[in-house]
Amino acid sequence: MSLLTHLRRLEAESIHIIREVAAEAENPVMLYSIGKDSSVMLHLAMKAFYPARPPFPLLHVDTTWKFRDMITFRDQLAARLGLDLLVHINQDGVAQGVGPFTHGSATHTDIMKTEALKQALDKYKFDVAFGGARRDEEKSRAKERIFSFRTAQHRWDPKNQRPELWSLYNTRKHKGESIRAFPISNWTELDIWQYIYLEKIEMVPLYFAAERPVVERDGGLIMVDDDRIPLRDGEEPMLKKVRFRTLGCYPLTGAIESEADTLSKIIQETLLSSSSERQGRVIDHDQSASMEKKKQEGYF
Amino acid sequence: MAHQDALIAQDIEAYLRAQEQKSMLRFITCGSVDDGKSTLIGRLLFEAKLIYEDQLAALQADSKRVGTQGGDIDFALLVDGLAAEREQGITIDVAYRFFSTEKRKFIVADTPGHEQYTRNMATGASTADLAVVMIDARKGVLTQTRRHSLIVSMLGVRHVVLCVNKMDLVDYDPAVFHRIQNKYLSFAASLGFKDIAAVPVSALRGDNITERSEATPWHDGPVLMPYLETLSVDEEEQAAPFRMAVQLVNRPNLDFRGFAGRIGSGSIAPGAKVKALPSGKESTIDRIVTFEGDLEDAVAGQSVTLTLADEIDISRGDVICEAGAPVETSDQFKTTLLWMSEQEMLPGRSYAFKLGTATGLAQLAEPKYKINVNTGEHMAAATLNLNEIGVCNVALDREIAFEPYAQNRELGGFILIDRLTNETVGLGLIDFALRRATNIHRQALDIDKSDRAQLKGHKPLVLWFTGLSGSGKSTIANIVEKRLHKLGKHTYTLDGDNVRHGLNRDLGFTDADRVENIRRVGEVAKLMADAGLIVLVSFISPFRAEREMARSMVGDGEFWEVHVDTPLKVAEARDVKGLYAKARSGELKNFTGIDSPYEEPDSPEIRVNTVETSAEEAAEQILVKLRELGVLSG
Repeated sequence: MSLLTHLRRLEAESIHIIREVAAEAENPVMLYSIGKDSSVMLHLAMKAFYPARPPFPLLHVDTTWKFRDMITFRDQLAARLGLDLLVHINQDGVAQGVGPFTHGSATHTDIMKTEALKQALDKYKFDVAFGGARRDEEKSRAKERIFSFRTAQHRWDPKNQRPELWSLYNTRKHKGESIRAFPISNWTELDIWQYIYLEKIEMVPLYFAAERPVVERDGGLIMVDDDRIPLRDGEEPMLKKVRFRTLGCYPLTGAIESEADTLSKIIQETLLSSSSERQGRVIDHDQSASMEKKKQEGYF
Repeated sequence: MAHQDALIAQDIEAYLRAQEQKSMLRFITCGSVDDGKSTLIGRLLFEAKLIYEDQLAALQADSKRVGTQGGDIDFALLVDGLAAEREQGITIDVAYRFFSTEKRKFIVADTPGHEQYTRNMATGASTADLAVVMIDARKGVLTQTRRHSLIVSMLGVRHVVLCVNKMDLVDYDPAVFHRIQNKYLSFAASLGFKDIAAVPVSALRGDNITERSEATPWHDGPVLMPYLETLSVDEEEQAAPFRMAVQLVNRPNLDFRGFAGRIGSGSIAPGAKVKALPSGKESTIDRIVTFEGDLEDAVAGQSVTLTLADEIDISRGDVICEAGAPVETSDQFKTTLLWMSEQEMLPGRSYAFKLGTATGLAQLAEPKYKINVNTGEHMAAATLNLNEIGVCNVALDREIAFEPYAQNRELGGFILIDRLTNETVGLGLIDFALRRATNIHRQALDIDKSDRAQLKGHKPLVLWFTGLSGSGKSTIANIVEKRLHKLGKHTYTLDGDNVRHGLNRDLGFTDADRVENIRRVGEVAKLMADAGLIVLVSFISPFRAEREMARSMVGDGEFWEVHVDTPLKVAEARDVKGLYAKARSGELKNFTGIDSPYEEPDSPEIRVNTVETSAEEAAEQILVKLRELGVLSG
């Protein structure tokens, strides 16, 4: 009798969580961000309901500043899997011309991501939204529940979270309240990469090193993904072999110089790397404990 | 992981293949910060190279600034990020840490803080395979050591590592270590642990953490990390009979009907005979369906979809078992409860109940006793408060498939939820089913409610009048009954004051007694409605939960809530019985509206306002409704 490996245990736990949501939620949705964690979560959802398709749509909150490669990948994947993909853009934000260069990363993220997500959840009246957050991502996430409760105003009330015993989840809520469910809470970054490797999960090309036009800015490398980036004096886009460790809005996501153009090389690089994952994300550096604050405001 | 860097650099593919074979262990650390718990976790993360250079640089800076270790790295700072949040009043029940070695991935449940400790530890222990019990070598076995061990034992943790820490501060004296070890072993003998490994360590200096320390040549027992890496913990669940709680029925088209769930124990293969409970129907496994293709067998821990050879009715909440060794079913249990809410437990109130994938309503009896977590002593108790553990009978509104918790955590552990606040208020462990439930079977009777209704010429109904004392409930109920009687309808009125002189004369006015008061009246009203009567219940019934309980007992279509809506100041001004005056003077305690709450109905079937409407008019409104809805014709 074979005992299960750690990846198979994690997989089984995540599938269990995804099915619990499907069984108990009235109108669930899976938040799909196109990144590696989302890709794993979606893959697990495909497994959970096989031979049926997942009984919920995907929701992508498009800030209009995502890498073009991400959008292409998203649309092709949804079509290939036959999934219902909802894309929501905060049109008020678009009308006001909100963007990271004009308004700064904090305001841009707040309006085009956090506000947009709330708009979408209200519009479709989703009561449970799957998210791909992991507990190892950041110190303050270590204590996050798998089922996280939000008030009718989408706020995370730290005092009103429920103890989670065994794999029993209390999913009861009042009208208007909602739940974020995190099925890959117990996965680490390394688990994610190993699983992608093991399962041959398709990834956005941006994770793989390639020649891309970048500029050096504030100690990081920012990709010139389109002509909306205002070049500063002396900045000249140059081709460098780079890749991304995390994906977000292109002006807010730093590239790293890399030769890793295959999955195993990426894992090799990650394992031997000497800096933690979120370094590439400008958003975390805005202020300390910023994740916690964003969560209270409804970012996740 | 550090020594694997060479392999990673040279042959990443070989490394990844080796990684795929890792197993997983979940453990909980018990002890306070003073015992060096955070230092130990920090040390394990460090040894597993889970700390990146940028984190290490920050850690070194922090250690110099606020650390307690002079110039050395203070590992506790790695995991103490939660302290600040605790000061902000954020509830942290458990923080989870992750690290992995070349053999295993570890998930550590860390339960910070002293307050809420019982509840937090229980939460962390519920998913743990093993407990690391920390003891400060200078202090030895303390009251808290006993408390921690009792809780992890109760939650079914069967493997313990006793870490006698700070050995450096007692000069690595073997006598100190052995004294603590022996004391712990004799105290823990009754707790049912399968194995207890004692390790002398210094988390700070790294003694006996990953490698055998030269400072303890006398120690012939295990070293912490190698022990955690190799201990086998899931043999029992693999060897137990097959059980799977059904999460959902997968029905993509008419040709496929699969039952999805995670296998709780045992193993299964196509052709195996299975039984579904509580229905008791049997069939044979046809296929084990997964995304990767059908499996030849599947084992505990795997999430699968099963199809059966026969079309038998199975739904969420049912358990599929090995036919030759099925689980039991029952609706009444002796249980051990841990109360997790600031609102004390109310015996008699019905709470939402969840076990495995089954849900229902549970009524709790008064505790038989509560358990002192420091001494294990039994004490008398009328209720359970936050963090208290007690033994209590629980009655469900339906039969469920279960196993005693000691045999099966998944089918023996349940949570209780407050139906109004939706808060998780308690956890419970099934000890065994009560014989009275197994032996008392409901008798099916040939004459039913509809036969009786036909004879009487009207439908049965419970009109439940709720409102403050002096609101006019009894006056209006009395008029309604007189009018119905005149029309030749069969009625009966249950009046709060009258019932308290007889059936409920043993009850007072505490919250718990009020709940029991309503439960009994609800049962009586249900019997009378079953006998075909129109029952008028006139009770203050101040709590929503109990009115909802009465509604669920009687059945939705036959229960009408009538809210006699009179503002407190009007009722108090009337003070027909002089009770408000007594309550205001303090002569009468627990009086609804004064020092005991009244929870207004959210959406009663009928609301009558006795300020603008007379009692006669209110009664007329009710009769009009009864006619409209066809209650008065058979």
